[in-house]
Amino acid sequence: MASSIRVRATSNGDTTEVQALIQHPMDSGFVKDAKGEIIPPHFIQQLTFEYDGKPVFVADWGGGVSKDPYVKFAFKGGKKGGDLKVSWVDNKGATDTTTAKIQ
Amino acid sequence: MNITTSEFFRTRRLVLKGAGVAALIGLGVVPFDVPQALAAANDKYPEEAFKQKTEADAIKALYGKTAEPSDKVKMDAPEIAENGAVVPISATTTLADVTSISFLVSENPISLIASYKIPAGTLPSVANRIKMAKTSNVTVIVEAGGKLYSARKEIKVTVGGCGG
Repeated sequence: MASSIRVRATSNGDTTEVQALIQHPMDSGFVKDAKGEIIPPHFIQQLTFEYDGKPVFVADWGGGVSKDPYVKFAFKGGKKGGDLKVSWVDNKGATDTTTAKIQ
Repeated sequence: MNITTSEFFRTRRLVLKGAGVAALIGLGVVPFDVPQALAAANDKYPEEAFKQKTEADAIKALYGKTAEPSDKVKMDAPEIAENGAVVPISATTTLADVTSISFLVSENPISLIASYKIPAGTLPSVANRIKMAKTSNVTVIVEAGGKLYSARKEIKVTVGGCGG
């Protein structure tokens, strides 16, 4: 299965800029479907970015984050060719992980 | 005989383990305990804060203190969001020693949207996309040097992203 995570990490010397796009419904639990039944909550709770074995960014999310969430941040100390590990876990316990090379 | 032996070994292992930890603490060298404790504190998902309905309760559950407005917290967001399901918002700050940045929408059924932990070395700047049920104040909280600073802006929503 293709990964749900798309990451782009670009180094411009000192700083590494990271953009991530994840495929996930991010159902808040407040929306009703066509039949008027509430769609149960299903959203990513925690998204972690690790570089060199240390977390460089941790996102704690609720159901208020948009569907197919996007996030952008930057950190110092990343090297070109280095591995950035990205993983998430949702409220149903599902997870996904990927590793991206810093470009 | 067998049982006795295995029990003996188990006991012995426990004793050894205990002695090892005690020795480390005794020496004041705890090479792996400190990072582990930090990681544990960092990794915990703030379940309670994401259950609070109002902005004030969410901030209290998340940080246990209140924020003061600061012009050093900058929020970049549209004046009017045509689609409440996807509202692009980013926040940045010139404050030093930032440890976290959080986004809250006061009129949403659950106020807290996202809370980002910023370890040392990561820039205090985040962009993301959030859902808004209706026109509302959006608040960004920056935790810096143990204190909370906030910025707030009203965003008008023409089509809500939480109704149905």
